[in-house]
Amino acid sequence: MDNRTEQKDQLIEKGAVTGMRPGSEVAQPKTQKTERTAVKTVSKEEAELKLINRPKAKDVTPLASMKLAPKDIPVFENTPERREKLALRRKRYQNRKFREWVTFTGYLTPSLVGVLVFFFMPLFMLLVTSFQKSPTNSDFVGLRNYERVLTNDAFINASKNTLTFALISVPLAVILALFIAMLLNSGLPGKSLFRSFLLNPMMVPVASVVLIWQVFFSYNGVINGIAEKLFDSPEKIDWLKSEYAQIVIMLLFLWKNLGYNMVLFLAALNSIPHEILESAEMDGAGPIKRFFAIKLHYLSPTIFFVGIMSLINSFKIFREVYLLTGDYPFANLYMLQHFMNNSFTHLDYSKLSAGAIIMCIVMIIIVGGLFFAESKFDKDVEG
Amino acid sequence: MEETKRLERRKQATLARRHIFTETVQPETFITSLSGEARENFFASEKKRIETNLKKRKIKKGILTGIGVFFAALISALALVPIFFTFLNSFMSSEEIVSNYQVVFQSMSGHATQGATYMSRMPVLKLIPEQVTIKQYTTLLFMNPEYLFKYWNSIILTLPIVGGQMVVACLASYSFARYRRRRREVLFFSYIILMLMPFQVTLVPNYMIADTLGILDTIWAIILPGIFSTFAIFLLTKYMRQIPTGYIEAATLDGASEWQIFTNIALPLCKNAIFALTILLFIDYWNMVEQPLVLLTDTAKQPLSVFLSQINEPELGIAFAASSVYMIPPLLIFLWGEDYLVEGISRSGIK
Repeated sequence: MDNRTEQKDQLIEKGAVTGMRPGSEVAQPKTQKTERTAVKTVSKEEAELKLINRPKAKDVTPLASMKLAPKDIPVFENTPERREKLALRRKRYQNRKFREWVTFTGYLTPSLVGVLVFFFMPLFMLLVTSFQKSPTNSDFVGLRNYERVLTNDAFINASKNTLTFALISVPLAVILALFIAMLLNSGLPGKSLFRSFLLNPMMVPVASVVLIWQVFFSYNGVINGIAEKLFDSPEKIDWLKSEYAQIVIMLLFLWKNLGYNMVLFLAALNSIPHEILESAEMDGAGPIKRFFAIKLHYLSPTIFFVGIMSLINSFKIFREVYLLTGDYPFANLYMLQHFMNNSFTHLDYSKLSAGAIIMCIVMIIIVGGLFFAESKFDKDVEG
Repeated sequence: MEETKRLERRKQATLARRHIFTETVQPETFITSLSGEARENFFASEKKRIETNLKKRKIKKGILTGIGVFFAALISALALVPIFFTFLNSFMSSEEIVSNYQVVFQSMSGHATQGATYMSRMPVLKLIPEQVTIKQYTTLLFMNPEYLFKYWNSIILTLPIVGGQMVVACLASYSFARYRRRRREVLFFSYIILMLMPFQVTLVPNYMIADTLGILDTIWAIILPGIFSTFAIFLLTKYMRQIPTGYIEAATLDGASEWQIFTNIALPLCKNAIFALTILLFIDYWNMVEQPLVLLTDTAKQPLSVFLSQINEPELGIAFAASSVYMIPPLLIFLWGEDYLVEGISRSGIK
């Protein structure tokens, strides 16, 4: 008998080997007598009592059975070595954190410097000028500039027009885009073809669009011509110089932006889990119910995003208006940008900066409100 | 109860093993109550009913799809008409264009046109020119050096802005996506607010800073703020935050440096978004009107977008051709990168 077998036997004796081995203890498990007891009838009260007195979770955890004695818990004495060790550890942790900070700030630096120089600093300068009499004469005049702007008829008219435009066209852009996206998503053939057709207007430069819009909507334009032929009415409408002017511009806005919004909605519609829709259909929910109860909840972040993008784009509509109608359009179309532009030509900087600051504040309030609403709504959806 | 069930099952199993099957008695139903022939008849009528129903449903679905396709085609036609209109009309001869559309612009300016050409009283919307010529293009491109200068102006304004903003935005958004502490989030929120600021607000500060730095009336007054605009950062950060952290952790464990993670993981994963953003930015800056209007008083430096609106009226003949040529780069880019664009836009809106 050599050494090894001896060792093996010892191991088996100790019970260290748990594999099945002929002759070992494990191979012959103690036969437990399994007696099928008759079905016990337990009274309701007893069952409840059992439920109430069931072992608590903390008594069942694996550590609970270990029964740690106080001597098992490590005690760190406040010795100098210990303190040194802790200090070193803390230092290393801080070093790592600092290194991380340096790397990521490094990545951010180009943008941060540019934004500070070209956006934050001038905004600060703007704030300062808005309280001065004029850029050259830096007397502090308090809120007089703001007063001047807010009582200015042109400014009031311009902000009214801009707000009206945004309030009408942004919801319209969202709803119409959602409608088109659902139309395309309802199993139409040639979906991607329609999608790229609709996305096309986004690519057409403003100047080209403007030419077409002029041909269509001017006093002697195509629309009036068609109307004349169809209804034989001598009355012609000068679309861009009437109360319909905003409608014409809204058409332009929708024409340009619907494609982009639609692509966003298409993606969101595709990401709604199919099982939920199917099970709702099984339960007898009609298409309208399915839309309001399920799809709308999944679409809510996208609706928010599309709304914000449309809002940004609705402020950009000045380009088209300017190219269509020039510096002084019909009163209906006088946007805030016209006000700014015309103030530039009069070199009235303090008025200009006060106006810009007011708009800035309004924008922050709108955007903050939107984000707040979104976070509230999101919680609603998840909870 | 349990016990009896078990016993029953056991009995069944034993019987089955001995190949003895007990027939379970079916309950009486409508169909079993019918006799042979009646049952056949009933089945036949049911089959017919189901078939007609299916046919009806198919027809209904077909009609609905037809209506849907019609609407979609209508909407896309509305979207496409202006583009085709411009392209096709640009092949008309100058006289034809003037005779067709002069009346439109006459009412706008109010003065009579020089040169007694035939003029229709109403504008004629024509898609197909009577005579196809490319004379407009040759006049535009070879006899009108001003136009080419403006074209070049547009290019040298747009390309640096798009390139620069993409580089800056990639770096910054990687930082925003990876390093998320409280102060960074505040900074990011302020970036979003900056992005949302309309031109009306940012233009005045732009003018002021250009004035202070002494770059007013040079192209740098437009390029520099353009490069540091935060629009791309917002969208790219949204994208990069979607990268699974597992990828980055795996790379770190394999000993990759931050730069390696950035170039080998983050950028390739955001390829679609980067292409889409490049296209979007290109369109946006190719279209720019406000900034050059205010910041470049020198007309020789202004890009085509501003210039085009001014040639519309006096030189109506080449206006369509000019618009077409101006439209070509964005459309080409769109055709080239449509898939990237759709993919890139798509994922930006979903959380």
